[in-house]
Amino acid sequence: MNGVHDMGGMHGFGPVAPEPREPVFHHRWEGRVHALNLASPTRGNIDAGRHQIELLPPADYLRMSYYEKWLARVEQLLVAGGFVTAQELASGQADASAPKSTPVRPAHTVEAALTAPSSYIREAAAPAFAVGDRVRALNLNPTGHTRLPRYVRGRVGVIERLHGAHVWPDSHAHGRGEDPHQLYGVAFEARELWGPDAPARDSVRLDLWEPYLERA
Amino acid sequence: MAHDHHDHDHDHEQEPPPDIALRVKALESLLVEKGLVDPAALDAIVDHYEHKVGPRNGARVVAKAWTDPAYRAQLMDDATAAIAELDFTGRQGEHMIAVENGPGVHNLVVCTLCSCYPWPVLGLPPVWYKSAPYRSRAVIDPRGVLAEFGTELPPDVEVRVWDSTAEVRYLVIPERPAGTDDLDEAALAELVTRDGMIGTTLL
Repeated sequence: MNGVHDMGGMHGFGPVAPEPREPVFHHRWEGRVHALNLASPTRGNIDAGRHQIELLPPADYLRMSYYEKWLARVEQLLVAGGFVTAQELASGQADASAPKSTPVRPAHTVEAALTAPSSYIREAAAPAFAVGDRVRALNLNPTGHTRLPRYVRGRVGVIERLHGAHVWPDSHAHGRGEDPHQLYGVAFEARELWGPDAPARDSVRLDLWEPYLERA
Repeated sequence: MAHDHHDHDHDHEQEPPPDIALRVKALESLLVEKGLVDPAALDAIVDHYEHKVGPRNGARVVAKAWTDPAYRAQLMDDATAAIAELDFTGRQGEHMIAVENGPGVHNLVVCTLCSCYPWPVLGLPPVWYKSAPYRSRAVIDPRGVLAEFGTELPPDVEVRVWDSTAEVRYLVIPERPAGTDDLDEAALAELVTRDGMIGTTLL
């Protein structure tokens, strides 16, 4: 979707403000929200989780802090998944008639779950492109989740790396299966993206799935 | 254990509503009451990200790459495996690529669409990395962003920006500072900063 989350190349947000000696969490509630997102039964589909945040109204997205967005996400996914009712969320009281569940992420499984090697690589058709091929990012404007930023659509780049076939977020985010496609590291010259005022040597590299690309 | 931090002087651009801590507490209580969440699991997750992962992990990778040519070669060939050798694995580090700074080349990592970041080697990202100013400008004006970190690059240095649009995570290998020939791996790791491994600063 062409949302406000797709920020690459926008102007007007002001300077970057690094914070010296920044803590991991600025408030206790931020750590709890982070953990709730990882431990609640709504976890498991990273693409659906990202899309849920993209669906925030644009003004809210820009106003809310990072962990405020994470809180909104977990609340919305809990209700959408039928784990809690809107009434329970509003009152903070569990419906006395609802059955009691068993946590999907008990404490003794946390460390292994956070550190277990995992992979998004899947089997798929052989790659259509090879290193060195010139490709154009398609001018696609899907209304759902996509990882094709607006700033590369229609621009020509060069395939620099084959990552193998990866789970495709455009499908997976919407519960339509993993639908894996070949993933490529693609290099775009800064001038191709931003015009003649960009430094001649500079470049931007993105990881793009085959359905986003055509031969140029 | 989780703990509050009241000693920071940072002005948040987006200050959350004052009742948010109560809202989070209420949600946690509700989920615990319904048996959906184990509160001890929440403690363990917070502890993991506050104390067990962080830029010290990435610094060990960098220092080893500086001192061990075979490891450096492995890291550039298959960073996921090379980093796993040091036991830095898991969420948001499933597919790793190391990109080296060198004479004439500087690398900078961003996620314009959200906030993708290599958690096992760098920990959780700082607020600025997740902020609109960084996400919007790192790709269109990387040199302007670098200048805000005090990093001025000569015009003949090529700047390569890596926008983390998939589940591949990037770790910048900074150049080893001059005059460090007599330092061992542990001492070298002390020189490696988080921002150096994102690419916003030089060492």
